[in-house]
Amino acid sequence: MRTERLAVAGLTKRFGGLVAVKDIAFALHDGEILGLIGPNGSGKSTVIKLIMGIERPTAGSITLDGTEIAGWPAHRISRAGIGIVFQHSRPLHRQTVLEHVKLALLPDSLLRLAADPHVDARARAIAERVGLERVLDRYPGTLPFADLRRLELAKAIARDPSVVLVDEPFAGLTASEIAEFAGLIRSLRDAGRALLLVDHNVKSVAALVDRVLAMYLGERIAEGSAEEVMRDETVRRVYLGGAIEAGGRTGVAEGTAAPLLEVDGVSVLYGKAQALDRVSIAIREREFVSIVGLNGAGKTSLFNAISGFVAYSGSIRFGGRNLATQSAAAIARSGLVQCPETRELFGDLSVRENLELGGSHLGATERAEQLAWLLDLFPILSERAQQAARTLSGGEQQMLAIARALMMRPRLLILDEPTLGLAPVILSQLSKALARLRETTEITFLLGEQNVTFALPHADRVYVLEHARIIWEGEPKRFAEEAGAAYL
Amino acid sequence: MTRSLLSSRVFLGSVVVLALAALVPFLGRVVPFIAVPYALGVLTSAYYFGVFAMSWDLLFGYAGEVNFGPTFLIGLGAYAAALINNILHWPILPCVIAAAVAALAGGLMLALPALRLRGPYFGLVTLVAVLLLQDVIVVFAHWTGGEIGMTVPDVLSISADTNYWIALAFLVVSAAIIYGYARSSLGLILQAAGQDPVEAAALGFNVAKHKLAAFSLSAIMSGVAGAMLIFYLGSASVDVVVDLAIAVQVIIAAVLGGRRTILGSVIGAVFLILAGQVLLPLGQLSTFVVALIALLVILFFPDGLLGQFLHVGERE
Repeated sequence: MRTERLAVAGLTKRFGGLVAVKDIAFALHDGEILGLIGPNGSGKSTVIKLIMGIERPTAGSITLDGTEIAGWPAHRISRAGIGIVFQHSRPLHRQTVLEHVKLALLPDSLLRLAADPHVDARARAIAERVGLERVLDRYPGTLPFADLRRLELAKAIARDPSVVLVDEPFAGLTASEIAEFAGLIRSLRDAGRALLLVDHNVKSVAALVDRVLAMYLGERIAEGSAEEVMRDETVRRVYLGGAIEAGGRTGVAEGTAAPLLEVDGVSVLYGKAQALDRVSIAIREREFVSIVGLNGAGKTSLFNAISGFVAYSGSIRFGGRNLATQSAAAIARSGLVQCPETRELFGDLSVRENLELGGSHLGATERAEQLAWLLDLFPILSERAQQAARTLSGGEQQMLAIARALMMRPRLLILDEPTLGLAPVILSQLSKALARLRETTEITFLLGEQNVTFALPHADRVYVLEHARIIWEGEPKRFAEEAGAAYL
Repeated sequence: MTRSLLSSRVFLGSVVVLALAALVPFLGRVVPFIAVPYALGVLTSAYYFGVFAMSWDLLFGYAGEVNFGPTFLIGLGAYAAALINNILHWPILPCVIAAAVAALAGGLMLALPALRLRGPYFGLVTLVAVLLLQDVIVVFAHWTGGEIGMTVPDVLSISADTNYWIALAFLVVSAAIIYGYARSSLGLILQAAGQDPVEAAALGFNVAKHKLAAFSLSAIMSGVAGAMLIFYLGSASVDVVVDLAIAVQVIIAAVLGGRRTILGSVIGAVFLILAGQVLLPLGQLSTFVVALIALLVILFFPDGLLGQFLHVGERE
């Protein structure tokens, strides 16, 4: 039996009223890779933050080599032997790659002004191990994205930790880079380290992990080998939905006029990371289109390009007009409104004030009518009208965000991940409100979701976005057999 | 490490500038019409100002903390030295040491609670601290001379030449300490802590400890420089070492010279003080012109005068 390195029991974290992690338990052994899997908002990132000491657990125990480390500050946990590879890095601009690795090797002492002589050789050896030897003297600003990830890995293993936590190991990497990274992670395991990989779905880490723990809404839903977890009924329901209802409807004119929104060959680059690669979609008036894709697939980038928040190449036309020359504010005023993933509510203003701001361009009578209609559509908001938006629950905040977007009287409403972090009971309320909007208004909808169960029932048509590209398009009823397998 | 430092552009540049600075007292023999004692006086003030700005850059550029009230630390040192010199009649050196202790103690009282606050609150606390210090000085006018200020019995020297050499030596020693700290392993850890505290902690560094150490060094250097300045001037007054206008000038000097360069702060300070003197004939307009130049530099060369020169090729 291999040595048990890290043991987690009864781990719980509450943020105010939200339970982000609930009673999670697992053990991690030397020379083992455990995959921690869950959709967005499932609490898996919070788990590694709790282990690393970046957040303090509300309850539960975390032991490393038998020592209780729950609640320790991050720097002590790091020195006790846990390293973390962050998904996003913010390297120093004025230090070279080699200096970054040396930084990770410095002692945490106020009395040591210069690094020990052996540090240079150690730093070079570590850099070579992760494949950075060609770029030792370059500055981070000039490096490709994959090398920045290698640099993060080099820093994390510099202190020779016995446990390495990796947050989304393959996000933003190309297929060949993924293979190299997987090789690096395997070599760390073969050297006897214990690794915890956090990712969105089993598929991307299946070839690498020894065991998988699946989470949903803060709770453990399955555990076992990658195959066992992929076969698990609960996991299938969370990722694919039980029986997927196909909700195609009649009455939407097909191919009669030019589409309301035409996205043609749009690409978006963030520095070196390709967020969108020649994406083309078309949406007709009154249509309800869902774009399904995992986190990092490029949904938000696509919506931000359409709304004019990010620069892109290619063309986007709305109602026949090219949007490239228009400001984000002008696009929103012309009726193309986005309800962003992050909700962007004015937390200190009341529910009513948030709504009134959304309708600030309307006349007084129109605004009152629109407000009455929305409070009828989302009754909970009229109960909460005087409360500060910040004090609402996650589900109520989402409804307020949608209602505020509707106050702008959109012709086309973009909903980006409205189900993020919401409990099932809220999902069904939200689902009913969407169904009613679809039946009773002329609004065209573009919904971005990784929650397939939520995205399919309303949709007339579905696009699947994966690694910055559209890989499938079709009716919802064909989705399960043709594209569903990728969503486990 | 040592070899690369000796051959670096910064080191060579510093030697050249220092050699030029050492020639200033002898200018009168070459160019008779320059009022050398006057020029020396202006530069002497500017050198102390340079130490204020370097101490500030250590906090802002490296620890990532904006101290809106550098004159809280400077003023504490200056007034502690002036009071002790006046009341207890200690000689200058013990007074300067007491100034360091006072600035450090006051600084820690401020920083310990304030560094726990996130976001802009550290800056706000430091800003309020300056106003508090100013009020205390005015309220205890009986001892401090209030708004008028107080003279100190001892002065460093009455010779402009000697004062100039003392200020230049003090500047060089201070620069060596602060720049040395910033370029050492500690400076590297401090930068990492300033830029991304979470990642720095995950690498095993106690972020609070490193920031506090930097703050302490900044406080000591500010307090000592404040004390030295009043022993040069022969008096301490709110207008010279405490007022918010001075705090703003310190900040402008550091930003003008170049964030995260330490030595740039000296260039910024000398530029600011010289420009103020050269433009004196403009009257009220002179401060406007200086502020305008500072604004233009910050808008178009956000890396500052020295930063612009040093950091070519590090970005994409």
